[in-house]
Amino acid sequence: MELARLWRSKKQRYTLQGEVCPNCQAKIFPPRDVCPVCKEEARTEFTFSGRGKVVAFTTVTQPPHGYEGQAPYVVALIELEEGPRLTAQLTDLGQEEPYIGMPVEMVTRKLRAVEGKRGILVYGYKFRPRLPWR
Amino acid sequence: MREVWIVGIGATPVREHWDRSLRDLAWEAMEKALNEAAGLRPQALFVGNMFGPLLSRQAHLATLLADYAGFAGIEAVTVEAASASGAAALRQAYLAVASGALDTALVVGVEKMTDKVGTEVEWAMSTLLDADYEAEPGLTPAAQAAWLMQLYRERYDAPEDAFMPFALLAHQHGVGNPYAMFRRAIGEKHYRGASVVSPPLTIFDMAPYADGAAAVFLAARDLLPPQLPQRPVRIAGSAAATDTLALHDRQDPLAFEAARASFARALQQAGIAREDVDFFEPFDLFAVYVPLTLEAVGFAAPGTAWEDARHRFGLDGHLPILTLGGQKARGFPGAASGVYQVVEAVWQLRGQAGDNQIPQARWGVVQALGGPASTAFTHVLAAASPEAAT
Repeated sequence: MELARLWRSKKQRYTLQGEVCPNCQAKIFPPRDVCPVCKEEARTEFTFSGRGKVVAFTTVTQPPHGYEGQAPYVVALIELEEGPRLTAQLTDLGQEEPYIGMPVEMVTRKLRAVEGKRGILVYGYKFRPRLPWR
Repeated sequence: MREVWIVGIGATPVREHWDRSLRDLAWEAMEKALNEAAGLRPQALFVGNMFGPLLSRQAHLATLLADYAGFAGIEAVTVEAASASGAAALRQAYLAVASGALDTALVVGVEKMTDKVGTEVEWAMSTLLDADYEAEPGLTPAAQAAWLMQLYRERYDAPEDAFMPFALLAHQHGVGNPYAMFRRAIGEKHYRGASVVSPPLTIFDMAPYADGAAAVFLAARDLLPPQLPQRPVRIAGSAAATDTLALHDRQDPLAFEAARASFARALQQAGIAREDVDFFEPFDLFAVYVPLTLEAVGFAAPGTAWEDARHRFGLDGHLPILTLGGQKARGFPGAASGVYQVVEAVWQLRGQAGDNQIPQARWGVVQALGGPASTAFTHVLAAASPEAAT
């Protein structure tokens, strides 16, 4: 059962909650409690704007178990405007082709369904092309 | 630190061994290595494996293998460092013998990738990534390698087929490896027509998942039997380094800093310079890892390793690499890969590499990576001087 593992990271998956280092002001995502820049303790919560840009992207055609129904899907390396990078799927692309530097924004989507009669639905962040009025 | 020597090696052909289990494969490799060790017995068994629990429902593998081999009673432990697990097991064994804690040790890397098929194997491969922040969004190691290809081409304005030479070299060299899964050279047409896994990455930009086991027997110098059937090979340097586990946490994803650091430390320990290296075995689980490694360790300037690579890094080149086919042609038997690399380097240093022999090879460097250089293990192997061989 993966419920506890998924429950633990819900603030990150639902709201992009990370940390800010009180010592050097570095923004940290995902949270790691030790600042990767200055190595001081960093436990101050910080919620990211969800705005960023695509650094690299590809399409997964040979998915891992649990993701069969979604393939092919686009997975991207994204740089948040506050600095950190993260891994996320791109969604709502429509006819648009992703490109390096594409402005994107975080949305909450279903990531996958955990199998079984009592299976849970895993929600989390994906990124879509940034809407023109935002 | 005492001198540590490799006195025996063994391996199975790399295949889809549907009819053979973890224990069968491991025992074949261990038995071959023991047969070369002139009656020495191992005081401990170090097993490199990453997918026993996930794909074969088998944890506690080292005890199973010690028991199966008839060594019950000896110390045995499994070492895991993702795709570098075999090399990690070798390093632990090396440290134990070098320190004097043990006089002899047997290392076996073994993996059964085919106990599950299809998406289950890709799922297991995804456990190499950060489970919560890379695998959960659906990333796979192949997709991650596709990013690296895209980033490399973008930064250095490299052509579409920049990674082709490394696949062609591996397949060309695999022809001469009796244990290789693929023993046919491929041409540019094959490479360009390959089916896409994660664009721009095709099946020729990644090594095939397969089953296999490889073993090496280590002994302290004072214990070298006077009449070894094969020339021993000295482990002159051994070093490991880590980087961030998740690629998105790296300042520069193309830097392969752990590859650089472990390579530099291992050569420093061996007391040799880069120019002394007669051949190099980089970790080509994905073709893009090869130029990134060559550039990180200083065998090529950033962005240039692919240029004229078939000539520079071929068997007759300035620095032969993937001399027996690498992971690409020999096959990728998971954790066993790091030990296969050492077995192949020992062939070179004993003069047993057949058509692929590097003439007068004296120093070989072998590097295994866990993920995209999230971990790197480098070993410097030295051929025995003629007097040490007798």
